[in-house]
Amino acid sequence: MSISVYVPCDSSAVSLGADRIAAAITQEAQKRNISINLIRNGSRGLFWLEPLVEVLTDTGRIAYGPVQTSDVKALFDADFLHGGQHDLALGAIEELDYLKKQQRLTFARIGITDPISLDDYLANDGYRGLSNALKQSQADIVKAVTDSGLRGRGGAAFPTGIKWNTVLNTASEQKYIICNADEGDSGTFSDRMVMEGDPFVLIEGMTIAGLAVGANQGYIYLRVEYPHAHIALNAAIEKAYAGGYLGNDIQGSGKAFHLEVRLGAGAYICGEETSLMESLEGKRGLVRFKPPLPAISGLFGQPTVVNNVISLASVPIILDKGGDYYRDFGMGRSRGTLPLQLAGNIKHAGLVELAFGLTLRELLYDFGGGSATGRPIKAVQVGGPLGAYLPESQFDTPLDYEAFAANWTVLGHGGVVVFDDTADMAALARYNMEFCAIESCGKCTPCRIGSTRGTEVIDEIINGHEISKNIPLLRDLCNTLLNGSLCALGGMTPYPVLSALNHFPEDFGVTDTTNAA
Amino acid sequence: MTESTSIQDTVQAVITSLKDKPGALLPILHGIQDALGYIPADSVPAIAQGLHLSRAEVHGVISFYHYFRDTPPGKQTIHICRAESCQAMGGKQLEQHVKDQLGIDYHETTADGQFSLEPVYCLGNCACSPAIQIGDDIYGKVSAQSFDAIINEKKELA
Repeated sequence: MSISVYVPCDSSAVSLGADRIAAAITQEAQKRNISINLIRNGSRGLFWLEPLVEVLTDTGRIAYGPVQTSDVKALFDADFLHGGQHDLALGAIEELDYLKKQQRLTFARIGITDPISLDDYLANDGYRGLSNALKQSQADIVKAVTDSGLRGRGGAAFPTGIKWNTVLNTASEQKYIICNADEGDSGTFSDRMVMEGDPFVLIEGMTIAGLAVGANQGYIYLRVEYPHAHIALNAAIEKAYAGGYLGNDIQGSGKAFHLEVRLGAGAYICGEETSLMESLEGKRGLVRFKPPLPAISGLFGQPTVVNNVISLASVPIILDKGGDYYRDFGMGRSRGTLPLQLAGNIKHAGLVELAFGLTLRELLYDFGGGSATGRPIKAVQVGGPLGAYLPESQFDTPLDYEAFAANWTVLGHGGVVVFDDTADMAALARYNMEFCAIESCGKCTPCRIGSTRGTEVIDEIINGHEISKNIPLLRDLCNTLLNGSLCALGGMTPYPVLSALNHFPEDFGVTDTTNAA
Repeated sequence: MTESTSIQDTVQAVITSLKDKPGALLPILHGIQDALGYIPADSVPAIAQGLHLSRAEVHGVISFYHYFRDTPPGKQTIHICRAESCQAMGGKQLEQHVKDQLGIDYHETTADGQFSLEPVYCLGNCACSPAIQIGDDIYGKVSAQSFDAIINEKKELA
């Protein structure tokens, strides 16, 4: 009987050498004439321990990490295949605090299964949501999602059930489901982890969405920067077709759903849903005016559901266990769980899925363990490049959409980027404006021109030129961007810029705080 | 067969195989860039004709997207992440080191044609910052030293 050894195929694990570890383990086992079954699982999301190797023993899965190729021989010598003692031994993986304290609903299987094994997916509660959905009316499926309280996890937090209901009630021969997998926010990688670590859950969620609203075609719009996710999705889609989970007759129901991955081409703006649809139609990714809403007139002018990866990947468990089950997690109007991503200068960077309500401070210190450099944490940017920087005084904000909004901050897609006290907030604010200039689609003037002028004004401030004149100018410009832009790129770039200025005026050379007000 | 006819044949084959997809232009551009490494300017008329678009429309799409390029890249393209998470972990210093080592700036190719350098805004490897990508290979927690080692390995393989 061969021993199961798990080495993640997740691209972050691979970026730290997981492929080489997998090869070295296979080779060493052959040399020693030991039969092993090497499985490339998704990542558990404890990235400071990657490459994290697990071995299935009589007492469960035992973890070792971070493993380098030079450790492999010693691990065999220590009989790690039977959970032997070694400096890198971490004990039972499920008992590690970082994992044990989480509430993994959307990420329930990730790190446990072989991502592109349909059998593994089915053996771990996969396709139970679809099986329930096939027995329900379209309205009942939509109702379950509405009852769950699920809100768009891409950042805008719009109630998913309401969006689906609009598409369901808009009559059309052709409707579409689009998965927005253009995860371009710095500090975010939860979509990537789902697509690489459990692609079937996304496919299942999209299939359920298709059944619910009467759409028979889905597209996953994937950013080109995710080649590993592309391979995993295509492999899983092929197996789903072969297994009768996609195609013209899903599980003998007579209902059809087809799915195709389309690649973006390095444009951040294509994560904006209307720009994304333009891109899918083969055009420049220019943002569209709304209304009409995509739910009424979306891709190729047809009613279209556009949802983020995490939103869609949360649907199977809602249909499996019921809207109430999901809704019972969370606080206030933020129901369910949010996969948070701890990134940047943090000791224990990784994926933390939790019910809404934990404070940022608990996340940073109880999970994150403080900064990676050991220096004080100066600022934390939550919600990607359009999210505000939070100073220490705001660390007690609960992770909840409304609590963040009340602080003029955004929870967004749950990305948390940590900076220590060496960070120069004026330089970061300049970068945020520059990023807006690079990525602007150019359709509206405040974003197209304002971002370039904003970069110039911040340069003036950094160079100490007429600060008392240029600070009000920057604020005025931000006001124009905030109120006059067509979409969130121009409309939210002022969040990082102004929060940096408001909380860290000294980095902008502003000594008299009244100047900054 | 001359080199330019073989390029045109490749372009035509990609257009023929993909033109009937809804919204076919991006898949076609990806197909051409995958095959040739770039999208030659003289492939624009064929694409326009295949999709019943104007040449201006095709050119407009190519130039809109950062990923598409109209000049041949070096043998390998190095993407360095410039985004916030990587900045928080010394990404700017790494950027400078890479530019100094290669002797080129962004959007340039080394004189020996070995490496092209491009910025990227997030590789989704933010838990292992700073990150770079060479071809389809992603590297995390990259330091100046580890970058040099990676590059030397790539040069030896080349």
